[in-house]
Amino acid sequence: MMIDVKGLRKSYKNNVVLDGINLHVAEGSIFSLLGPNGAGKTTTVQILSTLIRADSGEVRIAGHDLNREPEAVRAIIGLTGQFAAVDQVLTGEENMMLMVTLRHLNPSDGRRRVTELVERFDLADAVKKPVSTYSGGMRRKLDLAMGLIGNPRLVFLDEPTTGLDPRSRQTMWQLIMELAASGVTIFLTTQYLEEADRLANRIAVLDKGRLVAEGSPADLKRLISGGHVELQFADLAALEKVAQSFGDAVRDDNALALRVPNDGSIKDMRNLLDQLDAVSVPVTGMTLHTPDLDDVFFALTGKSDQKEVIQ
Amino acid sequence: MTTITYSMTDTAAMLRRVLTHMLRNPFVTLLTILGTPIILLLLMYNLFGGAVESGGTARLSTAYIDYITPGIILITAIYGTGTAALRVNSDMAQGIIARFRSMSISRASVLQGHVFGSAIATLISISVIIGLAFLMGFQPTANLLEWIAALALIFLYVMAIMWLAVGIGVASKSLEAANSVLYLLYILPFFSSAFVPTALMTPVVALIAENQPFTPIIDTLRALLIGTPSGDRAGIAVAWCIGFMVVGYLLARTAYNRNSNR
Repeated sequence: MMIDVKGLRKSYKNNVVLDGINLHVAEGSIFSLLGPNGAGKTTTVQILSTLIRADSGEVRIAGHDLNREPEAVRAIIGLTGQFAAVDQVLTGEENMMLMVTLRHLNPSDGRRRVTELVERFDLADAVKKPVSTYSGGMRRKLDLAMGLIGNPRLVFLDEPTTGLDPRSRQTMWQLIMELAASGVTIFLTTQYLEEADRLANRIAVLDKGRLVAEGSPADLKRLISGGHVELQFADLAALEKVAQSFGDAVRDDNALALRVPNDGSIKDMRNLLDQLDAVSVPVTGMTLHTPDLDDVFFALTGKSDQKEVIQ
Repeated sequence: MTTITYSMTDTAAMLRRVLTHMLRNPFVTLLTILGTPIILLLLMYNLFGGAVESGGTARLSTAYIDYITPGIILITAIYGTGTAALRVNSDMAQGIIARFRSMSISRASVLQGHVFGSAIATLISISVIIGLAFLMGFQPTANLLEWIAALALIFLYVMAIMWLAVGIGVASKSLEAANSVLYLLYILPFFSSAFVPTALMTPVVALIAENQPFTPIIDTLRALLIGTPSGDRAGIAVAWCIGFMVVGYLLARTAYNRNSNR
């Protein structure tokens, strides 16, 4: 077990941030803590990475007690924060060489490691420039590279792709998967179900300081009712007619729309189209909705967290 | 390597980081420290020098440039303090500080890097001021031993006040909060023996001047450099410096560790 957490609690004044959570992360796995803003994800990372102290609870990281042997924990972890933990004034190379010194590596090994990371993270063009000139995506890559300089066994990634454009997000995902393939344990927080689904072996869903579900991505998806197709019609008569032939559909008369359950598979879509052909009513619009974090929360807590998810 | 050599390596790395920051804008770094002291030196000398010398040479018993240079040296260090505190304060908001805290490095190294870096910038600024004073006719009477003692006092004072600066910088919640504390430091030298002997002040101002930290330090430095009397207050001067250092160190350490595990 790389991370073993029992009954972790943290409050700020009267505000309970973590209300007794238990976590078990196997060595070499990617574990994702999924939740909306304000769920307590960053607080969890800050406690596990020795930045802040929990009010109560027991934490062991690679067998070391977090409170009794913080230095032993610090020696094996790498941290990549939500707000890139880089020095804005220094160049990318100076940032990485600073990590080499602070990890107490010998300079030639360190330099080799930096060169290797620069190449792997495609930072060669930027490495001599001050970080203040970097794009958001490059800053995150540098951040991750700096966290890897001491060859940590456990890497914390706190919302590694929040605020990144789709391309940079893909790059980041690729790097995270390669990192996990090399045997590093990854503790990832995210507010995107898609991200947790793509990367993680296990997902724990955090809501207002409590874990509301834990399991493999497949386990979680089984909990979700699945996606749906929304059909648009020109008038109420058309909506009426189609609604009759789809027993399990949900009508929205004001929007002239019909929501038909559908998992988005080719087979399901073909059935839907065949059924529509059979009634031969003109459909003006059609959109496929895949399950998202909101559906997870709806399925798990019975209430929507739409407001918190969309920021 | 042992823990002690590790912590020295860490401090050296943090010092290099602070110096690199300063060297990105070397002239701005020095000018923010030197600007006001240079203006004060020129202004005081040209505006009041004539009046003070003609009216009160008997009381001053020395040329005005000789009289004010030790005070200007201390004021230069105070402006060094200001820039140091503001630099530390904005640095603490940088993401990389969180990374440092999560690493197995000497906790004090971040703070020491700032203290040493700002002390270096301030000592360079003081050298520039002394050079300028020489150009304006500064004629110290100190022998080699007195020079060594004077430089040691300057060094001790700069290190002490830099710990205070870093303490203020780390403990302040914002730049504005840091600035309001620093304001007190900026005005204190004007109520000291820096420009006028306390004997020439009104009783109330003289009372403040006689009992605040900068007067004994300035008097001691002046006694060492140009041989004025009142050199008997060296003990008080050194005590104030040590006081600054202890208060600054404790403040910096407590504030840096406040929001973290240990």
